Amino acid sequence: MRSDRRAEARAGWIFVAPAVGLIALFYLLPVIAGFALSLTDFDLYAIGDPSVVRVVGAANYQRVLTDPEFWAALRHTLFFVFVGGPLSMAASLGAALLLHDKLVRGRSFFRTVYFAPVVTTLVAVALVWRYLYHPTYGLVDHLLGFVGIAPIDWLGDPRTALWAILILAVWKSFGYNMLILIAGLSTIPEDLYEAARLDGAGAWQQFRHITLPSLGPTLLFVGIMTMLAQFQVFAEPYVMTQGGPLRSTVTAMLLMYEQGFRWWRMGYANAIAFVLFALMLVATLIQMRLQKGSER
Amino acid sequence: MSLARRLRLAGFLVAMLAMAASSGCGAGEGDRVTLRFWAMGREGEVVTELMHEFEAEHPGVRVQVEKIPWSAAHEKLLTAHVGRSSPDVAQLGNSWMAEFHALRALAPVPAALAAQGVSRDSCFEGIWDTNVFDGLAYGVPWYVDTRVLFYRSDLFAKAGFASIPGDWEGFRLALHAVKAQAGPTRHAIFLPINEWVPPYVLGLSAGATMLNAEGTRGAFSSHEFRRGFDFYDRLYRERLAPPVSNSEVANMYQEFERGSFAAVITGPWNLGEFARRLSPELQGSWSTAPLPGPDGPESGASTAGGSSLVVFERSRHAEAAWQLIAFLSRPSIQARFFHLTGDLPAVRSAWADSALTHDPRIEAFRTQLQRVRPAPLVPEWELIATLLQTQGEAVARGVLTPDSALARLDRDVDRVLEKRRWLHARKQGATP
Repeated sequence: MRSDRRAEARAGWIFVAPAVGLIALFYLLPVIAGFALSLTDFDLYAIGDPSVVRVVGAANYQRVLTDPEFWAALRHTLFFVFVGGPLSMAASLGAALLLHDKLVRGRSFFRTVYFAPVVTTLVAVALVWRYLYHPTYGLVDHLLGFVGIAPIDWLGDPRTALWAILILAVWKSFGYNMLILIAGLSTIPEDLYEAARLDGAGAWQQFRHITLPSLGPTLLFVGIMTMLAQFQVFAEPYVMTQGGPLRSTVTAMLLMYEQGFRWWRMGYANAIAFVLFALMLVATLIQMRLQKGSER
Repeated sequence: MSLARRLRLAGFLVAMLAMAASSGCGAGEGDRVTLRFWAMGREGEVVTELMHEFEAEHPGVRVQVEKIPWSAAHEKLLTAHVGRSSPDVAQLGNSWMAEFHALRALAPVPAALAAQGVSRDSCFEGIWDTNVFDGLAYGVPWYVDTRVLFYRSDLFAKAGFASIPGDWEGFRLALHAVKAQAGPTRHAIFLPINEWVPPYVLGLSAGATMLNAEGTRGAFSSHEFRRGFDFYDRLYRERLAPPVSNSEVANMYQEFERGSFAAVITGPWNLGEFARRLSPELQGSWSTAPLPGPDGPESGASTAGGSSLVVFERSRHAEAAWQLIAFLSRPSIQARFFHLTGDLPAVRSAWADSALTHDPRIEAFRTQLQRVRPAPLVPEWELIATLLQTQGEAVARGVLTPDSALARLDRDVDRVLEKRRWLHARKQGATP
């Protein structure tokens, strides 16, 4: 009996070995190497002559935490997390509720339309959005002109650039969560709504007391995934503004990329990555704890 | 798309490229050599036109020009070097030379090239010197770029100045005269506070070296830099220049036309822009002048910009690569390149071309190019320039006094140069 189980375990290990091996090779090893690099001052000079690498311990981390540029970048990232995240969730949920309603016609058509931005290439999309935001011939300012709002240089003004990118990011990503939420909605038994209606519950009460609680686990999953994605916002500002104007759209990820691949301060860039990782870990734990608390 | 996915994609592409490159080399083309030549932006678009002539002269060599957008050029070059897929020849911005030299990516210019007329004497010396490390040149200037004064000749004439005085004191008085004519809402000169060039060229003109001789510490508190910085400060205190940034002036050309300011320090690309964007009536009313200096016109120094041509250390066709560079440095080819791009030739004898001699506005550039000096040749310079800009902005806005701004600047620069100090000490220890 015991040897049976052991043989079974061995077979199991053999089956998962390729996957575990690949994960170790392409995920674990780079992470460990990255952490090791973050403890050194690996830079441009070190690429020319590896013997000039110095182990500096926690100095990179200390510098990250005292670098005003990092805090500014983190502020921009947190703007995406706390404004972009909820906005994206609200858009996903709203779209999911609309498209789940049986009264709506052409549901699969709209599902495709809303999902389309998710699968289109960001670089191509960014090009189109740059036109939309253009102050002289952009559609956005043209439409705002009808309600008497003077043209805004969306991407050229440090006060609006982050918002402009945030709107693009929400538009680009909400379709994915929408699909997951539609799937979640379809698992809620219709009887519950029927019973509620018989008891005289209105639309809002049905939403508040049936839809939301039933969607709980799905919402938690979507919420965490959205938050993690928002923490890693990089490509949108990279292709739209390259961090400008006046560094107003530099996110933590973009700063990491710049430090690493523009200035080749690999040690410093890795330290930024691990600080961000720690923040994301803490944020995820808090979110899970909150969710558990509300379930009780 | 997340960064992780991007990087994975980038890694995949690099691998594909490496495979393509290695299979291309092994294809057995006999003794035919294919040179990979990376050129950026506009230069990359037009240089192909010159390649047929080179290939006709060198039947065994084929040049494959790869166009790289400027915005991605720096990253691409670095990644290519680290990924061992660097081209044979590349165009390199002057300010990147130190970095690629520190990477040990570049091959020194062979002495034999001087026989083909490529040497320091044939170029503007200040520009050539941006390529020199420890007495060896690692690149050949391709085209040059510097900053001069663009000004409204009509407004200066109205204020009683037919030309720009060559010394700072005279220039300051001229600016005051223009300002008196213009009234309280307008200014005499526009020096964007978010640019490092204005405080830099003023310091340079006063003889400042920015860093110490080893390039291991900032020297911004030196007497020379201080002299230039005080002049910079004065232009704002006396309300000759508005303390605003580039982005606060929505359209520089429009404001220049309106007379919101009568002078600006900028580069050769604006020769074309001013001709295109200013109204036809104003075309006779603007001109260019070399930068004034603290002790007369000779002392008015400016930036040594532009691009060099380099051969990568790893290139297996170095000889053909240097032939290509010698070809592109030929005065007749340099002149043709000017006609194609508008880039100012690095080779001095190419300036005999009629298009260059007949434009009085280009003359200021020729004069200025005799008075350019390279920025400190350290890889950290670009970063140091942004630090200079930050402190310059603080002084222009009146947030800091020049004293404390320069003390802060030296402190910040010393922090950036920590690695260089360590490397320097190590080198001293190794060779006592």
